[in-house]
Amino acid sequence: MIPAPFDYVRVSTVDEAVAALAEHGEDAKVLAGGHSLLPIMKLRLAVPSVLIDISGVQELSYVRVEGDEVAIGATTRHHELEKSEVAQAEVPLLPHVASRVGDPQVRHKGTLGGTVAHCDPASDLPTALLALGATVVVQGPSGRRSIPITEFFLGFFETAMEEGELVVELRVPRTGAGGWGYEKFTRRENDWPIVAAAAVHLPDGSTGVALANMGGVVLRASAVEAALAEGKSIEEAAELAAEGTSPSSDMHADAEYRSHLARLLTKRALKVAAGETGASTAESTAA
Amino acid sequence: MQVSMTVNGQQRTDEVEPRTLLAHHLRDNLGLTATNIGCDSTSCGACTVIVDGLTVKSCTVLALQAEGSEVTTLEGLSTDGEMHPVQAAFRSEHGLQCGFCTSGMVMAAVGVLADNPNPTDREVREGLEGNLCRCTGYHNIVRAVLKAAESGPAAGQVPAAKQEVTA
Repeated sequence: MIPAPFDYVRVSTVDEAVAALAEHGEDAKVLAGGHSLLPIMKLRLAVPSVLIDISGVQELSYVRVEGDEVAIGATTRHHELEKSEVAQAEVPLLPHVASRVGDPQVRHKGTLGGTVAHCDPASDLPTALLALGATVVVQGPSGRRSIPITEFFLGFFETAMEEGELVVELRVPRTGAGGWGYEKFTRRENDWPIVAAAAVHLPDGSTGVALANMGGVVLRASAVEAALAEGKSIEEAAELAAEGTSPSSDMHADAEYRSHLARLLTKRALKVAAGETGASTAESTAA
Repeated sequence: MQVSMTVNGQQRTDEVEPRTLLAHHLRDNLGLTATNIGCDSTSCGACTVIVDGLTVKSCTVLALQAEGSEVTTLEGLSTDGEMHPVQAAFRSEHGLQCGFCTSGMVMAAVGVLADNPNPTDREVREGLEGNLCRCTGYHNIVRAVLKAAESGPAAGQVPAAKQEVTA
C-alpha cells in the first residue's frame, strides 16, 4: 500500500513548523513518528497534500522538571519516555504506559505529542495523561496557549486545536512515589486496548481515573473519582466505571463486555495504585 | 526529492517521490531484497531494519525520514563473509521454518540484544513482540537469540560503517 502523492517539508524549529502550517493551510498534516498517520495514509483514509516533518525538531525532545510539573516535549519518542530517569522518578505512570504501547519498533518512532494530536480513543498514553490531569501546550500563528487535557479531546480524531496549531509540550503533575496502576486488556500483547484503565494518586490527594476505548474519546471516569473522594471503597467506586460512557460494539467486544472490562480493569488499576496487588502481566490478564 | 543515507556502510543518494516508503526504497531502488514486506501495516515486523541503532518497521517509515541516517539491513550484518552472531545462532538453533519472517526477526533480535545484552527467555519474547512468525516457530527463535547473547556484546551491534558519511 502506498500513500497518495504529497509534498514533503522538513522543518528543524517550531517557528518553521508554524510558518509551514500557515503557508500550506488545512491540507497540511504534521508528521512526527508517523506511526498513526502513515498507516491511515497508506489506506487512503487520509490524503493530506503536504506533510510537515517535525521529527527533527530537537527543541521539542526533552523530559524535565519545571516547578511542580514535569514538562515533556512533543517529539519525545515512546522509548525515550520509557527510559527517562526523570519520568521514572517523577511520574512513573507515564514511562510504564509508554512501555505498553505497541512493540519496540513502534516505540522507537512514535511520539507523545503525536499520540495526543492523533486523538484515538484507544490510545494508551492519552489515557494516562487524562488520569494525570495533564496540560496540552499548543503553538500556532498567535503564539502558545495551554489547554487542560479534559478540554482537549473533543471527538473521534477531533481535538481543541485550531487550524495552524501543533502540540509542542505536555505538562503533568509530579506524582513522585504516589501510587498508580495501568491495566489494559488486549487480544494480543502488542495490540491496542479493547479497554484500558489508568489510576493515579495525585499530589492534591485526589485520585485520577481514565478509560481507553469506552467512547469516541479517552474518558475520565468521573463517577469513580467522585465516589473515591466521598470515601467509598475501591470495589464500590469501580462499579461506577462505565457510568457516562458510550462504548462501541465491534468484532472484538460488545458494549456490555466493554462495560464489564471498564469496571474490572478500574478495580484492578485502583488496587495496584493502592499497593494492594501487583500489576497484571500478559500471562495473568484474564477478564 | 533527493534523499541521502548510509545503507550498510555505503553512502547512497537517490531521487525518490516523497511517498516512497523506506521498505520500497531499500528493495526497489537499492536492490536490497532481504527486507521482506509482510503485512504492510506495522504489525508483522518482517520489514524490520535498524536506523541509527534502533529497530524500525520500514513499511511505516518514509525514505525521506531516514535522511542522513545510518541504515542497516540484513545484507549489512555479515562482515567479510562472516555471519553476524545472531545469524550464526539462528542457523545453529534452526531459528526458522519457512524463512519469510527471518530477516526481520534477525534484525529485531539484534535490537533486543542491543537494549539488553543478557535477556531472559521472557525478555526475548517481549522484545520480539513486534515480529510474527506464522509458522509459529518461536521456540527455536527464542533459543537462537539466547544463544547469540552468549557470544557477547557483538550480538547487539551492527558492523561499523565501511565508509564515512560525506554528505
